[in-house]
Amino acid sequence: MSMKIPENKLRFDLQVIASWITPGSRVIGLGCGEGELLAYLKNHKQVRETGIELVEEKVVRCIEKGLSVIQGDINQEVHDYPTGSFDYVILSQTLQQVYDPLTLIRSMLRIGKQAIVSFPNFGHWHVRLQGLFTGHAPVTPQLPYQWYDTPNIRILSIMDFRAFAREMGFMIQKEVAINTDKQDKSGRIVTALPNLRATYGIFLISRKKDRLWEPST
Amino acid sequence: MYHKTSRPSEMSEYITHDQSGRSVGIVEKQFFTFAQPPDEMPLDSGARLGPVTLAYETYGTLNPDRSNVVLVLHALTGDSHAAGYYSTDDDKPGWWENMIGPGKGIDTDHYFVVCSNVLGGCMGSTGPCSVNPQTGMPYGMDFPFVTIGDMVRAQKALMEHLGIEKILCLIGGSMGGMQVLQWCVQYPENVCAAIALATTMRHSALAIAFNEVARQAIAADPNWNQGDYYGKKQPDVGLSVARMIGHITYLSDEAMRRKFGRRLQDKEDFSYQFDVDFQVESYLRHQGAKFVERFDANSFLYITKAADYFDLTRFRGADSPVTVFSASRAKFMVVSFTSDWLYPTYQSREMVQAMKKSGRDVSFCEIEAEWGHDAFLLPNQRLTDLVRGFIDSVYEDTGKQAAL
Repeated sequence: MSMKIPENKLRFDLQVIASWITPGSRVIGLGCGEGELLAYLKNHKQVRETGIELVEEKVVRCIEKGLSVIQGDINQEVHDYPTGSFDYVILSQTLQQVYDPLTLIRSMLRIGKQAIVSFPNFGHWHVRLQGLFTGHAPVTPQLPYQWYDTPNIRILSIMDFRAFAREMGFMIQKEVAINTDKQDKSGRIVTALPNLRATYGIFLISRKKDRLWEPST
Repeated sequence: MYHKTSRPSEMSEYITHDQSGRSVGIVEKQFFTFAQPPDEMPLDSGARLGPVTLAYETYGTLNPDRSNVVLVLHALTGDSHAAGYYSTDDDKPGWWENMIGPGKGIDTDHYFVVCSNVLGGCMGSTGPCSVNPQTGMPYGMDFPFVTIGDMVRAQKALMEHLGIEKILCLIGGSMGGMQVLQWCVQYPENVCAAIALATTMRHSALAIAFNEVARQAIAADPNWNQGDYYGKKQPDVGLSVARMIGHITYLSDEAMRRKFGRRLQDKEDFSYQFDVDFQVESYLRHQGAKFVERFDANSFLYITKAADYFDLTRFRGADSPVTVFSASRAKFMVVSFTSDWLYPTYQSREMVQAMKKSGRDVSFCEIEAEWGHDAFLLPNQRLTDLVRGFIDSVYEDTGKQAAL
């Protein structure tokens, strides 16, 4: 059970994401959990919110907060929205668990004008040193799982995501690397050697002007 | 005169006093009559019906700006008595006592709740057992076919009578959910929000098949007599078999295994007779026998046909459900139950998909529940949390809009 964080004390990575959202915009959160970020955006930025969440219990907690949330698989649910339905499509700390990241991000940039993607940085020195010195797959506060029970099936670093965006033709509009404390409640932005020193990477991306990925049929 | 007066309910076996002791208390069934000839109510079939009476009940208090109305729509065999007691020595409360009341999912401390018996019913609203003013005799098979749209049209007249222009939230399960959906597209300007539980945009062939077998059971009873049985021997055998079929569809394989298994009823061994051996047989016969005391066979025929005819995807000749939902303005919450095989989750998902494609604001949750279609009527904390959270947020949002 995660710690209950008061509404004005969002997790640090979510604070960064919230700071990028224009008030009054249309926002969808993919894998929105118990809706902490969406509730904050609804109450402080008057956004029109939607969320997708797989776990029934979490969906109930979201709806109790007054959020509009659909229980389902994000990879399936994104297909139903008309093109350009949202200003922002948020995928917070879920990318590393997605089977087909390219298809999902293309769908995100179809249904939304911009997408925000955050993920734990597997390039962090802590992760690197554990592998180097212990010979074991890394276990850190941000990546607390053993190899046999981890939901994280995609291992990527901040540098990897940059290269991926370039190759696939996504425009990186904003990029922030952050370093957080163990509970992730407070943190700071990392500017020097982010791929080595940041625990999380957060990207705001858009499609190139002439690119539009149509819904897959 | 032939309206059933004994204790009604949707699935009466579940109705119990609320464990918390909270209740709306003593309530009264009221009646509203309209569409007096020559201004009869036009029906979808092209026929006209009048006068029309609706039996209804209200709980809670209407606020001064009439913005706190929750309209509850009942299922196939339900009635207007959704909560509370008719008298202090009443042994059972209304059919949704666990959901409606002070501090409950639909909180009567905050909301004004209305529930009416459907057109075509037999619990006080005009139906086949009502007297046809042209003959002075019960309508029987002379009663015109009614649709879910007609039921909703009659409810709209009741809302106007009560001085309610905008309904804060509609809520209903099963056939009540069909009325919820119909309201949202038929009267989009009059609905803020809607909760559709364990329901469908249209019956599957499977659902129609069960209804047809139930209707045939009634028609095969010689006492049915082409619907002309009022004041005579009743088609009790046919109606109780119809009810037994219904009960099978309301449960699930798992629910039946847990509830009955292969256990025998009051015996150690098989009787080697066509008597009741198994508990499940005893249960179904009991449910059938209880049902005939409270329900009219002709109403069962008419209402099941209305549910079978219902097809929201073809509303006003639309080519797709997306087009249909584009006309609505409501904020939706759709809830399905994992073990419901009468209106399975895929049917709720189709509805949600059409709502999403048409740009509607929609929430959806599939509740893990073992009791089959009946789950929507049973006390369930998740369902209560969802209903309370959704209605409260809608009420808050409308308050904000009004303040602008």
